[in-house]
Amino acid sequence: MIEKFVSLKAVGVPLDRGNVDTDAIIPARFLKTIKRTGLGEGLFYAWRFDERGEEVPEFVLNNTPYRGGKILVTGENFGCGSSREHAVWSLMDYGIRVVIAPSFGDIFYSNGLKNGLLPVRIGPAEVRELLSQVQEAPGSTISVDLAAQTVTGPDGKVYPFDIGSFPKECLLKGLDEIALTLEHEGEIERYERGGKTKTPWLFLDI
Amino acid sequence: MASIIRKIWDRHVVTERKGGLCLLYVDRHLVHEVTSPQAFEALRLTGRNVRRPLSLLAVPDHNVPTSPDRLERIEDPDSRIQLETLRENAREAGITLFDMDDIRQGIVHVTGPENGLILPGVTAVCGDSHTSTLGAFGAVAFGIGTSEVEHALATQTLWQTRPREMRITATGALGAGVSAKDLILAIIAKIGAGGGTGYAIEYAGEAVRGLSMEGRMTICNMTIEAGGRFGMVAPDETTFAYLKGRPAAPGSSLWDTAVTDWKTLFSDDDGSFDHEESIDAARIVPQVTWGTSPEDSLPVTGVVPDPAGHPDPRVRERMVRALRYMDLRPGTRLTDIPIDKVFIGSCTNARIEDLRTAATVAKGRKVANGVTAMVVPGSGMVKQQAEAEGLDRIFLDAGFQWRLPGCSMCLGMNPDRLQPGERCASTSNRNFEGRQGPGGRTHLMSPMMAVAAAVAGKISDVREVL
Repeated sequence: MIEKFVSLKAVGVPLDRGNVDTDAIIPARFLKTIKRTGLGEGLFYAWRFDERGEEVPEFVLNNTPYRGGKILVTGENFGCGSSREHAVWSLMDYGIRVVIAPSFGDIFYSNGLKNGLLPVRIGPAEVRELLSQVQEAPGSTISVDLAAQTVTGPDGKVYPFDIGSFPKECLLKGLDEIALTLEHEGEIERYERGGKTKTPWLFLDI
Repeated sequence: MASIIRKIWDRHVVTERKGGLCLLYVDRHLVHEVTSPQAFEALRLTGRNVRRPLSLLAVPDHNVPTSPDRLERIEDPDSRIQLETLRENAREAGITLFDMDDIRQGIVHVTGPENGLILPGVTAVCGDSHTSTLGAFGAVAFGIGTSEVEHALATQTLWQTRPREMRITATGALGAGVSAKDLILAIIAKIGAGGGTGYAIEYAGEAVRGLSMEGRMTICNMTIEAGGRFGMVAPDETTFAYLKGRPAAPGSSLWDTAVTDWKTLFSDDDGSFDHEESIDAARIVPQVTWGTSPEDSLPVTGVVPDPAGHPDPRVRERMVRALRYMDLRPGTRLTDIPIDKVFIGSCTNARIEDLRTAATVAKGRKVANGVTAMVVPGSGMVKQQAEAEGLDRIFLDAGFQWRLPGCSMCLGMNPDRLQPGERCASTSNRNFEGRQGPGGRTHLMSPMMAVAAAVAGKISDVREVL
């Protein structure tokens, strides 16, 4: 279920760490749910809260003006590790709609696109520029325009980014990907008929 | 001329959009209780059906307790609900379920292959990043999120971009006391936790060819810890011998035709890879992680690294943070690090061969005072086989707990978890902060090394006790 994304201007939240894994984004004990909702409270739990459940004052999201931020700027390989889509659901439930990083875990990247959390890949040097600006001037804003495929920094500098044309269209229009795929039903059936003849062992029932 | 990755990929393309986005046919789909409930719920809400229920297997593994009374009692109501939901979803859709009372229940990536579900040339998916394990059979196997689980359930396909292709060649042979786990930890240390991002990785070379299917699964399993989309080993006689006679493998009427086809699944000599790496397996010594990323792996003969020695300030910062979390000081010899707990299990290292090699070290020895050590077989079938071989007695006599199958202490989702500050020698795959329980500290290593640590009460070089 994709939430439409077109553009967003919001405070940039700096999370200056690399390899932020999905266990850090949402620890496993929060995954014992059969729903997609309400996961925001577990977001970055071990970093946001101490053992007594009190906010850790040093953590970026616990500070004005970053609290409740919508655009996260972070290090390489964000969302590595587990495939848990709960990581995306918790970020979105908290209110984050864009994550800007030099690279992402592949599964996280894909999970983001399927839900309407926009993962933006730009170069490491460009991410550093954005990070230092939002760190040095807390509250400064970043703009993201999906149609134009650009990020605009607080200083007005424009950073273009790449995204596949199909996921882009799905995001811009909030399309139901499964419905689109089912338009290929005829081709899927044809594939199956061919496969059953050529490689019947791939179609054995479990 | 093509790589095995491309050969299998191309066979599964139903249709392709401009820009290389492929609608890929899914042959096998495994589901567990944590990442599937929302997918089944979404199907219900949209009035869609599971397209090919008999291509699926459902197994509870993440939440299940590993204690003997688990059929009577599961304390955590949320876990009970997830397990019950999986049961109901499987029943409603007509999907085969290996439930907790079934001998075939176990970690999805252990029981799937063990039952012959994963064949050379298949595409296999599961809402679990360690689906990469299944590439050991020469399969395109990768982890997906819940939205893609829903998509695969409804359409038997997924939209996927073609991966970049990497080949990692391990030359030479692994030495005594050195296992597939050490090989893959050394590889991840070399290419980094993000080194495989965007890539499918074929593992090749003498050291890989020399591995059993269990060893190949260990390597492919941790492909995701290097960021790889999937890992793969080309099938050979080892693969065919493993599969023959397994319940879901082709029977006699199809077997020969299938094997003839499988023998065409290899990378042509001039199959051009986007990237090549090589590693000398003969030089690898047992590995241990010191930090909070799987790339933080070192030979057990080494010392905890000093951030001050690193030129990159961002890496320094990450190392300082990792050392603080792990409560370690630079310069400490790895073999001077005491441990509280030992976990032998997980989809990385809970197969019969893992338990056999661990038992060779445990035999006639005792777990050190003050150390809690557990062995958690990867499936009911592994457990049964181990018991038939008397491995359970060896572990029990040495002072290990012998538990029921499940993901157990790999991920802090069931009752098996570390307490804050506890330090664990673990055969699992992730040493992330809090992975085995909030505040828990993980040192990844092989099953043999974990036993050596249990016996000594500290990280040890297993080669010294062989």
